[in-house]
Amino acid sequence: MSNKVYKLVQGNEACVEGALAAGMRFFAGYPITPSTEIAEISAEKLPALGGRFIQMEDELASMAAIIGGSLAGKKSMTATSGPGFSLMQENIGYAAITEIPCVVVNVQRGGPSTGLPTSPAQGDVMQAKWGTHGDHPAIALTPNSVQETYEYTVKAFNLAEKYRTPVILLMDETVGHMREKMAFKDVSEIEIIDRKKPTCKTEDYVAYRPDEDMIPPMASFGEGYRYHVSGLTHDETGFPTNNNEISEKLVKRLVDKVNKNLDDFSYYEEYKLEDAEIVIIAYGGVSRSAKSAVDELRKQNIKAGLFRPITIWPFLEKQVNKVSLNAKEIYVAEMNLGQYFLEVERAACKNCTVKNIGKVNGELITPEEIVQAIGGNK
Amino acid sequence: MNCNEITKKYYRANKLPHIWCPGCGHGTLTNTIVRAIDKLGLNKDEVVIVSGIGCSSRAPGYLDFNTLHTTHGRALAFATGIKFANPNLHVIVIMGDGDSSAIGGNHLIHAARRNIDITAVVFNNNIYGMTGGQFSPTTPSGDMATTTPHGNIDKPFDLCSLAQGAGATYVARGTAYHAVLMQKLIENGIQNKGFSFIEGLSLCPTYYGRKNKKGSAFKMHTFLKENCVDKKVVDKDPEKGKNKILIGEFYNNPQPEYTESYQAVIDKLQG
Repeated sequence: MSNKVYKLVQGNEACVEGALAAGMRFFAGYPITPSTEIAEISAEKLPALGGRFIQMEDELASMAAIIGGSLAGKKSMTATSGPGFSLMQENIGYAAITEIPCVVVNVQRGGPSTGLPTSPAQGDVMQAKWGTHGDHPAIALTPNSVQETYEYTVKAFNLAEKYRTPVILLMDETVGHMREKMAFKDVSEIEIIDRKKPTCKTEDYVAYRPDEDMIPPMASFGEGYRYHVSGLTHDETGFPTNNNEISEKLVKRLVDKVNKNLDDFSYYEEYKLEDAEIVIIAYGGVSRSAKSAVDELRKQNIKAGLFRPITIWPFLEKQVNKVSLNAKEIYVAEMNLGQYFLEVERAACKNCTVKNIGKVNGELITPEEIVQAIGGNK
Repeated sequence: MNCNEITKKYYRANKLPHIWCPGCGHGTLTNTIVRAIDKLGLNKDEVVIVSGIGCSSRAPGYLDFNTLHTTHGRALAFATGIKFANPNLHVIVIMGDGDSSAIGGNHLIHAARRNIDITAVVFNNNIYGMTGGQFSPTTPSGDMATTTPHGNIDKPFDLCSLAQGAGATYVARGTAYHAVLMQKLIENGIQNKGFSFIEGLSLCPTYYGRKNKKGSAFKMHTFLKENCVDKKVVDKDPEKGKNKILIGEFYNNPQPEYTESYQAVIDKLQG
């Protein structure tokens, strides 16, 4: 305990602290509620650490700049909310196909469009998976507390570096703006993963030739490995190709390197699931209400439990299917009209009934609303 | 250095021949960049060439540096990330007219405003070539393109005035015909510690030329030769600039550079 420092911290602040602990030394962003504190605190703290903060002209440019920063060797991040996340999709796809590690934080607010800028929502769940065009890998993590925001921001960087792919930290306004006690871990206690670098001679470097783990080692620009990076479908040298076989191989590898390693980062919480007949599935801010609802339902002699995915993409198919085998009913509670619900329904394979508790009025779903939807006394 | 030596030292010979049409000005303009880099003796490992999307943006693939072919219009935003993350790199950005001033117009004015040490070279052929001849923000009014079948009613940008107005500290215009001048302007741009903007008038005989009955590539080169006058000449004799296109160095006014200003913040905080 002696090496932990406790402080009262805001969710967005915890995100920056986690990023800095993970080694973030480059941040590019554009102001947008409710994520702005992440940019502000990064601007405050980065230069003292020799890092760099730049406010770009928009979110298209912010996303481009962090890819550039990462390619120049710095661990890079941006943060935004719905409207900005929409603009970032273009270059999230670029980061995916060029395999440049970076972290994109989306503190979700009400949508569509400008929507409800200061209110919580979880309407970007599908966008975090399918927002950019084409088949591509997607990793998204959803913390539900200030402490978790700190820890999963670190993990987001680790996964981005390890798998050479953009990673989405999918927060919501509830988590971003709440204040809680948080333990700052000693940096030496935190596992930090850095991207794999080439060890071959510069003239032998084939920039996109993967190792057995499906991931090619990555040189930074300026290190002597002169290579070509392109958003066009490319071969192992990084140069564009129209070859159908090579194109298919590339897209499948990009998706497989993430999906086939899902066991490495399947983060979730199970609460009172052992004998649960009624299972609530909830994530992010809503999962806190869901936990309270479980306790209340238990008091009313209803055997309720909670399954809380933290890794929201790729979908935790195996775990959700297992939950469906033991439950009579699953309720998916989320601040949208049923996005994750559809995935749960699919994975449940009709083993049990799956119902949706959705809300899009800009308010967090309350424990009472969940209890009532399940049929307990309010 | 002769052509063969230049090719051997700076081109990825196995990626040639290039995709540009016969008579296109882009090859000449690319070569002026390479020769400028050679003249300045830059270390190839420290040179980064960034491009967006379009005909011009294929240039970096042929060049043996650190090369980044990005998304349409965003080259300067990527380049800003690279330069800001590692100011020791020499960052040169190649863009087209549509790439730099339509979809990428916002990035252009803000890169110029910051005065970040990037050399931007625009290959301006007054048309979208890669997609088959649509009008761009530099297509002259009245001209024909596939999306202006009844004549262009848009007004064209003067890219150099735009860049200067936005804060670029070095601004110049050369052409694919005036290759020696173009090379010199790029050398000066690279040496300017700040945002440098060099417009290279190119030519597209395949789309712009054909749509507007400009004749062969030879004729289009001859047009550049006969209708462009160096600003230095016009400064002495304004009569010589009448109805001509101005080329040469328009603005050279060094100002505090972005990455250096940020480094000063870092140094101050780190004591």
